[in-house]
Amino acid sequence: MRDFWRRFRRNKGAVVGLVILLLVVLVAATAPWLYPGSPWDMAGAPFSPPGEMGMLLGTDSLGRDVAAGIAHGARISLLVGAVSTVAALLVGVTLGAVAGYLGGFADDAVMRFTEFFQTIPSFVLAILLVAIFTPSIGSVVFAIAIVSWPPVARVVRAEFLSLRGREFVQAAEVLGKSRLSIVLTDILPNALSPIVVLSSLMVASAILLESALSFLGLGDPNLMTWGFLIGSGRSVIRLAWWMSVFPGIAIFLTVLALNLVGEGLSDALNPRLARQRGGAA
Amino acid sequence: MTVSRRGLLAATAAAPALMRVQDALAQGIAPRRGGTLTTILSPEPPVLQIGVNNQGPTLVAAGKIFQGLLTFSPTLEPIPVLAKSWTISPDGKEYVFKLQEGVKFHDGHPMTAEDVIFSIMKFHMEVAPRARAIFALIDKAEAPDPLTVRLTLKQPFQPFLLMFDNSACAIVPKHLFDGQDYRTAPAVQKPVGTGPFRFAEWQRGNFIRLERFADYWKPGQPYLDAIIYRIVPDSQSRRLAIETGQVLLTQGSDIEPFDVPALRSRPNLEVSTKGWEYFSPLAWIELNHRVKPLDDVRVRQAISMAIDRNFITQRLWFGVGKPATNPIASTTRFHDASAKIAGHDVKAAVALLDAAGLKPNAQGVRFTLKHLTLPYGEVWSRLAEYLKQSLRQVGIALELESTDAGSWARRVGAWEYDTTINFVYQFGDPTLGVERTYVSTNIQKVTFTNTGGYSNPKVDELFATARNAADPKDRQAAFSAVQKILCEEVPQIWLMEMAFPTIHDKKLRNAISTGLGVHASFDDVFLTA
Repeated sequence: MRDFWRRFRRNKGAVVGLVILLLVVLVAATAPWLYPGSPWDMAGAPFSPPGEMGMLLGTDSLGRDVAAGIAHGARISLLVGAVSTVAALLVGVTLGAVAGYLGGFADDAVMRFTEFFQTIPSFVLAILLVAIFTPSIGSVVFAIAIVSWPPVARVVRAEFLSLRGREFVQAAEVLGKSRLSIVLTDILPNALSPIVVLSSLMVASAILLESALSFLGLGDPNLMTWGFLIGSGRSVIRLAWWMSVFPGIAIFLTVLALNLVGEGLSDALNPRLARQRGGAA
Repeated sequence: MTVSRRGLLAATAAAPALMRVQDALAQGIAPRRGGTLTTILSPEPPVLQIGVNNQGPTLVAAGKIFQGLLTFSPTLEPIPVLAKSWTISPDGKEYVFKLQEGVKFHDGHPMTAEDVIFSIMKFHMEVAPRARAIFALIDKAEAPDPLTVRLTLKQPFQPFLLMFDNSACAIVPKHLFDGQDYRTAPAVQKPVGTGPFRFAEWQRGNFIRLERFADYWKPGQPYLDAIIYRIVPDSQSRRLAIETGQVLLTQGSDIEPFDVPALRSRPNLEVSTKGWEYFSPLAWIELNHRVKPLDDVRVRQAISMAIDRNFITQRLWFGVGKPATNPIASTTRFHDASAKIAGHDVKAAVALLDAAGLKPNAQGVRFTLKHLTLPYGEVWSRLAEYLKQSLRQVGIALELESTDAGSWARRVGAWEYDTTINFVYQFGDPTLGVERTYVSTNIQKVTFTNTGGYSNPKVDELFATARNAADPKDRQAAFSAVQKILCEEVPQIWLMEMAFPTIHDKKLRNAISTGLGVHASFDDVFLTA
């Protein structure tokens, strides 16, 4: 573990990303104390610029505090990112493991099914799903999970394909361990590092997807999200830039942080790769 | 006050006075011949045949091609168009219209009383549901001579004249429609009317071009050579087009309310919200009375008091529109200014809800309602959010539901909603545009009827009295009484008398001269040098 942390620390960008990410998590966790009450409350005069009327980041067209919206929006963005990633991982890992370990017909069937999803542009599919199931937090998470599992399935399948012929797997088979037990206790732990790296990037893309859906008015109409803040501020951007710029910065920083952390994880989990990179530099 | 007896006795007397108003609008500048008016139409209409399609964009563009017998001033006095003069018998049952001389259709055929009778009794009866309901009252339609039309009604119907504007009853050429299916006749695709501009070219998705009709019956008019309606689907592109002078006029919902303040400050542009008096759309929170506790009058009053209508008109609509005071818009006939709903008062609203026995729970919520957001664009979403916050202050939780336009209409028509937003045209007279929302005989599973399910025998009776009375005084009495009752019972939560900004370059004159604004024929519109 100390080794891992040392390798992670070597990547300066990753540390910066981790700090930003922790800050976002902190803001999300403390939002109910920082900004008590609902972020939809009209707290001040509409169109107050940042700094005026005691509003750190100004107010929007209904007089809602933009800072409160960003703080409470962080909760929704992180929640959607985390839950939809977990859901996508469950589907992707299961299908990838089945395809990679069993091979043969099962592999063909699962991969054709995966390709079927990969041929549809993911954002269009997400819009369609949300529109069909009417916008709510549940349908948004569902739609994001549905469009993000195929890459997981492919990565997991590739890992399993390479691991299943290794000697320790053959040994486990000879010992008479059940297939399920081999998959869960022998192969999966060894395939974990690419999955961890991938999932940190998936959280980032889930946050982007949710923001894009909310921007288009397809978010949960009862929840304050970053995409909603930008979408509702967009029309008055010439009058009030702060309504869309600050939530935009929030999205940018969070997604950037997740990507940096993902890279750091990749370095820490693949020491050989990191060393090569370090040597080149 | 709102109604003069002029309408009954000598309608023509109104005309000279109004012509002077128009001249005054031109600010003493003599009309100049020539020039092309480029403007915007959105969304693109399916056809330009009034009657076959009566949506906003159709009425605006086809309003230049077709004409009605009359049109209406901003105070809803009739103005002669194809009818030179008219008389109404003292019992209110016989209407005689004298037609203008020398009126020709765009294909050269003269327009006669036969075309007028065909348009009323056959064409609009067949294609337009709104006209059908009213024209069914006509017992006999005769043409004593080619320039006279006599209509005899089964019973007096005082708002009858309001049905002869172009938007309700355009005069169509009998020779191009008689004996055919009116909806598929070739003339629907190549509209032929008597208006100052004739249909020239339509590139779908691009533009519609109308050109000056040389044989127009008003000598020397129209002043413009052509009108081009560009189809611009994106609202920001429309704003840029008027800002940069690529178009000289925008209308209806072309420009979003939030863009209006910036355009108001441009020295070369004029922004007006006039010219919608005939339609006078009124927006309200539509309540479904079948959902408890919305059947309780105290709850409805509380909702009405919890809302700040000034905030809505000033902050959401940027001053385009004005707060509603009662179910009849102030620009519609028989509006009674003394009947008013209670103003914004959060404390009183809380007291009413307490009195209704609706106690707040630990979170301060008395009850939860769903709200179907009107899917007509962003400002309506903001309105839903505003309502959610305002009602939460008095302990009513509003849960927002998003939907698309088709589902909205279906769900409202099927009574599958708790609350939503609705707005309807009033067509100048409460009998034509207000009654339908409140009388129990019109509780139907059809959008824009009494979908809320409000029922009060007294209200039914008063609306019936006002409908059948021949004397405007009796009608005013009944409408005043009904406005008082409705303001007490607030069956729907009236929010705003809507207005749509007409924005035009100051070079363009007379863009709004009647109560129909940009729907007028534009035969007096001109461009200064």
